[in-house]
Amino acid sequence: MPPLSRWYVKTALIYLVLALLLGVLLAGGALARLPPVLALAGPAQIHLFVVGWLTQLIFGIAYWMFPKASAEHPRGNDLTAILTYVLLNAGLLARAVGEPWQAFHPGALPGALLLASAAMQWAAGVGFAAATWPRVRGR
Amino acid sequence: MPRASVWLIRSALVCLALGFTLGALMLGGKGLGWTAELPRAIPAHVELVVTGWMIQLAMGVALWILPRFGVRGPARRAAWGWLAWGLLNSGIAMVVLGQAFAGRLCELAAILAFAGGVWSRVRASGLSAM
Repeated sequence: MPPLSRWYVKTALIYLVLALLLGVLLAGGALARLPPVLALAGPAQIHLFVVGWLTQLIFGIAYWMFPKASAEHPRGNDLTAILTYVLLNAGLLARAVGEPWQAFHPGALPGALLLASAAMQWAAGVGFAAATWPRVRGR
Repeated sequence: MPRASVWLIRSALVCLALGFTLGALMLGGKGLGWTAELPRAIPAHVELVVTGWMIQLAMGVALWILPRFGVRGPARRAAWGWLAWGLLNSGIAMVVLGQAFAGRLCELAAILAFAGGVWSRVRASGLSAM
C-alpha cells in the first residue's frame, strides 16, 4: 500500500471516530443542554462522516488499487495526489470549525473560512476525478 | 476492466465533480450569508454524491472485481451492466431535475438489473463447499 493511501485510510478512520463522537454528543442534546455552537454542528457532522470517512476511504483505496496510469508514473501525478489529500482535509477542517461558528455568530471571519473550505473541497473533488480518470480504462 | 465498469466508474467521477461543485456553491453561499435559496439544492447534492458517486462507484468496482465465473460457468454478461448503467444514470438525472418518483423507479430497476447480473458471481472460491 503506497504511503499516501495509508495516510488517506488512517485519516478516514480518525474522521469516523470524530463523526461518531460528535453524533453521540448531538444525540445527547436530548438528555443534557449542549453548548449552542455545538448544537449547530449537525451539517458538519454529516460531512465528517460522508466526506471525511467514506469519500476519503474511497480516495485512498482507489489511489492504491486502480489500474496503473503508466509504467513510469503508476498512480499518475504524485503532486496532484498529495495536494488532493491536503486540500480535502484542510477544507473539511475549515468547514467543521466555520459552519457552526457562522450559524452561531455570522461574520466576516467564519464566512471567509467557509468560502475557503468550499474552494478547497471543490478543488480536491475535481482534482481527484481528473487524476483518476485516465486510470479507469478497459483492457 | 470491463467496458461497463469503465462507464460506471467514470460516470461516478462525473457525479463526484458535479456533487462537490454543487456542495461548494452551497457552502460558499452560506459563507456569504445567502441562505434563503440554499436548501432547494440539497436533494440534488445528496443524490449526486450518494447515488451518483458512492453507489455507482461500488457497482462499477463490483462488476470489475467479482469472480468472472458464476456457479454455472461464465457469468460476465455485459448486457446487465450496461442496463444498470443506463437506468441508474437516467434515474439520477430525473431525481436531480425534480422528478423523484420516476427517478427512483429507474434506480430501483438499475439495482435489480445489477443484482441479477452479479448474483451468481458471488460465490465461494476454489473447491470450498461453502
